[in-house]
Amino acid sequence: MHNKSVAELSRQLEGGKISSVELTREFLDRIKAEDSQYNSFITITEDQAMADAKAADEQRAAGNASPWTGVPFAHKDIFCTNGVTTTAGSKMLANFVPPYDATVAANFRTAGAVCLGKTNMDEFAMGSSNESSFYGPVTNPWGLSGSGKRVPGGSSGGSAAAVAARLVPAATATDTGGSIRQPAALCGITGLKPTYGRVSRYGMIAFASSLDQGGTMARTAEDNALMLNIMAGFDPKDSTSADRAVPDYTATLNEPLKGLRIGLPKEYFSDQLSPAMEEQVRNAVREYEKLGATVKEVSLPHANLAIAAYYVIAPAEASANLSRFDGVRYGYRCEDPQDLSDLYTRTRAEGFGSEVKRRILVGTYALSAGYFDAYYLKAQKVRRLIQQDFINAFKDVDVLMSPVSPSPAFVQGEKTSDPVTMYLEDIFTIAVNLAGVPAMSVPAGFVDGLPVGLQIIGNYFDEARLLNTAHQFQQVTDWHQKLPQ
Amino acid sequence: MQWDIVIGLEIHVQLATKTKIFSGSSTAFGAEPNTQASAVDLAMPGTLPVPNEQAFRYAVMFGLAVNAEIGRRSVFDRKNYFYPDLPKGYQTTQLDHPIVGPGFVDIDLADGRSKRVRIHHAHLEEDAGKSLHEDFHGMTGIDLNRAGTPLIEIVTEPDMNSAEEAVAFAKKLHSLVSSIGICDGDMSQGSLRFDVNISLKPKGSDELGTRTETKNLNSFRFMEQAIAHEVERQMDILEDGGRIIQETRLYNGDRDESRSMRSKEEANDYRYFPCPDLLPVEIDDAFIESARVLLPELPDDRKARFKEQFGLNDYDAGLLSADARLAGFFEETASHGKDPKLAANWVLGEFSARLNAEDKTVTQAPITGTQLGQLVTRIADNTVSSSGAKKVFEALWNGEGDNADAIIESQGLKQVSDTGALEQMVDEVLANMPDQVAQYQQETDPKKQKKMLGGFMGPLMKASRGQGNPKLFNEILLKKLKG
Repeated sequence: MHNKSVAELSRQLEGGKISSVELTREFLDRIKAEDSQYNSFITITEDQAMADAKAADEQRAAGNASPWTGVPFAHKDIFCTNGVTTTAGSKMLANFVPPYDATVAANFRTAGAVCLGKTNMDEFAMGSSNESSFYGPVTNPWGLSGSGKRVPGGSSGGSAAAVAARLVPAATATDTGGSIRQPAALCGITGLKPTYGRVSRYGMIAFASSLDQGGTMARTAEDNALMLNIMAGFDPKDSTSADRAVPDYTATLNEPLKGLRIGLPKEYFSDQLSPAMEEQVRNAVREYEKLGATVKEVSLPHANLAIAAYYVIAPAEASANLSRFDGVRYGYRCEDPQDLSDLYTRTRAEGFGSEVKRRILVGTYALSAGYFDAYYLKAQKVRRLIQQDFINAFKDVDVLMSPVSPSPAFVQGEKTSDPVTMYLEDIFTIAVNLAGVPAMSVPAGFVDGLPVGLQIIGNYFDEARLLNTAHQFQQVTDWHQKLPQ
Repeated sequence: MQWDIVIGLEIHVQLATKTKIFSGSSTAFGAEPNTQASAVDLAMPGTLPVPNEQAFRYAVMFGLAVNAEIGRRSVFDRKNYFYPDLPKGYQTTQLDHPIVGPGFVDIDLADGRSKRVRIHHAHLEEDAGKSLHEDFHGMTGIDLNRAGTPLIEIVTEPDMNSAEEAVAFAKKLHSLVSSIGICDGDMSQGSLRFDVNISLKPKGSDELGTRTETKNLNSFRFMEQAIAHEVERQMDILEDGGRIIQETRLYNGDRDESRSMRSKEEANDYRYFPCPDLLPVEIDDAFIESARVLLPELPDDRKARFKEQFGLNDYDAGLLSADARLAGFFEETASHGKDPKLAANWVLGEFSARLNAEDKTVTQAPITGTQLGQLVTRIADNTVSSSGAKKVFEALWNGEGDNADAIIESQGLKQVSDTGALEQMVDEVLANMPDQVAQYQQETDPKKQKKMLGGFMGPLMKASRGQGNPKLFNEILLKKLKG
């Protein structure tokens, strides 16, 4: 059962072939047996999951089930879950139990899905390797037999590893600069970062508010569509969420791709990409040509400025977003504070890890008097140029295709000593967040036995086309069905 | 050396919305600490602000009332600083794109001059919570009920040149925001708070001196005292050859002393940047109209009408029109009283004095404008004397009767205006006071005569048991004493 997709499990439940209680038990047992080697979960909510599974079975028996009723899944530990510890991968929130559900969490609850627990992540979603988590690094299920344990990517590394290891069929994730697509690519699964504003951010612990977007991780594009069906939509609690209709994302999965216009941004096929990686991506594009798509080279002229702009804007927003962690109302508080200044400085010095501190410092600096214009304002101008690049590109093509990451999963510890090298992991993903457009990572081959992801970028609110494009690829390839070990 | 005083004000006005500016929590004053603080107000992780439309409408109403441009694109910024009663570690406010642009307010001064004070802008922002330093044994309690209460911060140009002008402006602004219903005007609860920027410059100089800011003055009296205090302090320093340090000061009204809170060097770098959780708000014509239709008559317009409609003088019309509730009470009194000027005297005199003495607001008064109006009518038609009217007013206030006529009747306060009866009393009194009559008749100075006339009034009022019409008594006396 654990190798089946959400769509298949949903049909099994609907056909009465299996109960949610049995299914939930099986996945919980797998987590208990296997997760010690991956560390993909921070919290496992066994009792709650079994109770929810029982309730789901009753709901199915009563005849008012949704496709998700009784299907197990997991939340990235950045989504607040009522009554369940929510840490954002930080010591700062080790004891934090929210009295409310994130809108995304409430949506899954309403749909009757069974949450098995909260997945590991880089601290406050800051990282590309899941090594900055206070709860320890996550290990990629791929490459275990090699020369060293490999990273799953980050920041949604726990969700990606858990899906790849088939500990859950699907998991929620978030993407601020590549945190869904890069771990999905490194773990050989399918992930979608929707258009900014498509999924509510309410109750999703903020890293960089203008870039953060909740999204989906599963093994197939179809499962991503099923997830987005219940996640997308306007939320009156998030005034940046988009007030526009949500289509049934599964309805258009089987549209033929004949005539699809694919653009290949030349800036994303540069020296930074290894020839082996490039070959896999170009092979995937050839599959699309076989399906009737046309391919042309396009340009995103300001793509090379994306990393620099991102590492001003994201830390600037983070420096303010993380000010609330002050030891006053909730979360970690230092022992025996002597006065207010001591409370603040020791709480934050002891509660945050080094990558979080580094970004708070960078962001504070960028916003400081005398530097604001040169850094923050300049970065915002670059951001508008990058947005315009995408708008221009989509005048001629329907989707853009590129690699997700410059290389496959690297060995743990390889890049931790050099933050800039780590930041370059996101060189192909970050511009998408600055522009706010949707993008997917789809399994598209292997290099040295490690998965390679194909990035498919869409126009604003064109998630249905992205999912259709990915699904059709998965009808003619089996990269997404390859299993680790 | 002669100095010019230059004053600018920053005023925080709490808007009278039912809920907070970015959450659905109640803004009611006086609840148990932290019972009106939601997850959003507590800045719990992942929570987001949702703007309150009514706060925008109130801010636009203010803009229209001060003849200001309305900012068509309203942007919120984060002002970053750490303080325990600031849950997010930043205040959501407006820096470069405020909702209200430049405008002005005209103020009237005691010497009859009128002066225009320019408004630089007014912006929307959220209030902080409160730090409670007492009752916690050396620790500090935090009450977040107030956190997120909508404010407009109004910033004036440095157009005021004396404490009198600053206080006149403050009172005018208080009158304005309460009249249009966007603020409850209760200064004791912090609904309006004033920061005063003060600098001195040599008389006639074009160059502004270094200014200080005195924060959080919540009464007109403290404001006046604080300005006097600060002007004197700066003058002492300058005349001793010293320099003013740009700083924020706190004034203690009970002790009439001030101390430095922080200097410019110690000031926070607030690292303002646009709040990414809130999209810019576009204010269109329809929204401005939706605010305009809510605007009641403005105090200046009401004052002009009172002068025109009731023939009041400028001063009385100004006092009566400033407070919407007092103005309403006056209009009710005037509509039931024959003499609007007399009605104005009674509302501003006896009625206001009584409210003050009992620390009551107009709405808490135990008498209605109708009741006072009926009394005014009886004074105007000589049914009751002014001293009798005071007794009637007292009785109405104490609930000893429903209307003036019933009280006049039951307490026998009806004025005697029967000239025959009055003449008889005068004859009797004069007959008993032959010496005084002789003295009066020998006196040649009309002033002294007038004074001596008063000596007969006492016995006459006594003889009439207070009910004789004093005006008629006076006429009869003059006639009789002439011989």
